[in-house]
Amino acid sequence: MQTKHLSLRRRLTNYVMTGSAGLAAALVLAPLIAIFSYLVYKGIGAINWAFLTQLPKPVGEIGGGMGNGIVGSAVILFIGSLIGVPLGVGSGIYLSEIGRNKFSQVIRFTADVLNGVPSIVMGIAVYALVVLRQGHFSALSGGVALGIMMVPTIARTTEEMLLMVPHSVREAAMGLGVSQWRTTMSITLPSAASGVITGIMLAFARVAGETAPLLFTAFGNQYWNRNPDQPTAALPLQIYTYAISPFDDWHRQAWAGALVLIVLIVAAVTLVRVAASRGRMASA
Amino acid sequence: MPSPDESPTKGPFRKFEMPAEKKPSRETFDAEAKPELVETVPHTRRFNLTAGRTTLIADGVFRWAMLACALSIIAIVILILTELFSKSKLSIAKFGFSFFLGKVWDPVAGDFGAFPFLYGTIVSSLLALVIAVPLSLGVAVFVTEMCPRWLRTPISFLVELLAAIPSVIYGLWAVFVLAPLLRDYVQPFLKKALGWTGFFEGPAYGVGMLAAGIILAIMIVPIIASITREVLVSVPQHQREAVLALGATKWEMVRMAVLRNARAGILGAVILGLGRAIGETMAVTMVIGNRAEVAKSLFAPGYTMASVIANEFSEATDDLYLSALVEIGLVLMLVTLVINVCARLLVWSITRGTPARVHAN
Repeated sequence: MQTKHLSLRRRLTNYVMTGSAGLAAALVLAPLIAIFSYLVYKGIGAINWAFLTQLPKPVGEIGGGMGNGIVGSAVILFIGSLIGVPLGVGSGIYLSEIGRNKFSQVIRFTADVLNGVPSIVMGIAVYALVVLRQGHFSALSGGVALGIMMVPTIARTTEEMLLMVPHSVREAAMGLGVSQWRTTMSITLPSAASGVITGIMLAFARVAGETAPLLFTAFGNQYWNRNPDQPTAALPLQIYTYAISPFDDWHRQAWAGALVLIVLIVAAVTLVRVAASRGRMASA
Repeated sequence: MPSPDESPTKGPFRKFEMPAEKKPSRETFDAEAKPELVETVPHTRRFNLTAGRTTLIADGVFRWAMLACALSIIAIVILILTELFSKSKLSIAKFGFSFFLGKVWDPVAGDFGAFPFLYGTIVSSLLALVIAVPLSLGVAVFVTEMCPRWLRTPISFLVELLAAIPSVIYGLWAVFVLAPLLRDYVQPFLKKALGWTGFFEGPAYGVGMLAAGIILAIMIVPIIASITREVLVSVPQHQREAVLALGATKWEMVRMAVLRNARAGILGAVILGLGRAIGETMAVTMVIGNRAEVAKSLFAPGYTMASVIANEFSEATDDLYLSALVEIGLVLMLVTLVINVCARLLVWSITRGTPARVHAN
């Protein structure tokens, strides 16, 4: 090749820079591998049936588990999805199907702003908005915080996915005299369903591990709680409390909790995607 | 009901108009107007070509409902801002601007100065940027320009997987793996090699500003890297080809054609990363040491705005204390807002198909 005509300096710089880019890639991936392998190594030994089903034991007693945290997280995330998914998908539909004008630019921008709000600030805001008015911490307020955090992501992905549906499909429906809401709900949205669901799951996975907004909303609880209007345990909160505690057994459980959290997030995402693709095949 | 003569344009639709005295439902009207159609396709749904009243109402309701969803986003942001303002009024009125300069944070005496937190947030975020920016640029350049094609997707996927790990798990790892590692190996080494600068002195606890900076760097790499990658990909291919045709090496091509054209977008990506670093709470709270002091050494413990809220908000008893914490939250929100606006504008200017400028050099 023509490489031999190049000066040594230029050739060396080329090699050095290529090498450092590769090194950067390796350095970035190293923590990922370290975190995952540590998580599995430390967590897998601590997970057992008791951990998944029992309540936390009082300080000093060995054993116990995070059963209430797992259930509490599920409840909070369910409430969050009830709020976040309709608002997000609705906003996405508005942005893509109805309001294609200057005003939707404002909404798009506000969604980006909302997406950038630090999660801890969301915690304070929901504390002021919901907890102070209710007078006590609750799973409901935690769900509100997480739901709000889901909205911008879902709105933007829904919009993008709906925009990818060819315009001729809408025109065909309109040409048959189908009303706009029927066109959107039964034709455009189902065509974009897999993308929309991916967006929802991304938002879900993002908020599922959130701890900061739950600190002063769901607050945590040492016991089982069936009332969403009461303080509720959440898995990330328990991991946090256990990780900064001085007890070895709690550290062990924090690792186990972290592993369970990751596995549950991945499982939930995969499950919904599989179910969604099944449903699509059945209807097709 | 208008007579047909009033609007001649409505002529073709006249036969669909109903007699004023009897208003049958859509179905019976259809059946009367086109009985032969109903007979030929008995099982298909019949549509009225002019939009019926119910359809118009349904469409209107649908549009308004979707608009309401979209408006809720604006409402939420306004609600958050007003709520933060009203809850921090007490502290704003009492301390004014000196809130940001005061170095004393004494809840018992009712004296609140946020300077140590501002300092901690700025230092830890800048430290994170110093570590993360070269790494993210390296990854982005490696993935888009240098690595074999089959490696591209796996590396991008893994980098994005980093973004999916919850903050609290980063914190957990930092507490039990990163901090001991720093304490036993990295900090003694830094002290010996660079102790004279004053940035690396004092006892090596492991936890402290350095640990916070490193864990933040790991957390913001995926953001900076993935946006930078998008920006690099959007640099037109002919720019690369032109530079290569002039005999440039691969690195020279990257430097002249790719990085230079993408610099505004890269700056945007870096600023977005900064925004994330400033607002990041849990991982930092777990390793920064949580002491409200201003120290030059990166080994010393610190405190950030986000972590003081996380630690003290639920134990804040009197109104002034609470209000001071909410004011810190308000500042955090406004700062990230400004940062996000700047970054979005920069990234948009690149990825939105603006023609890449050619730089004569």
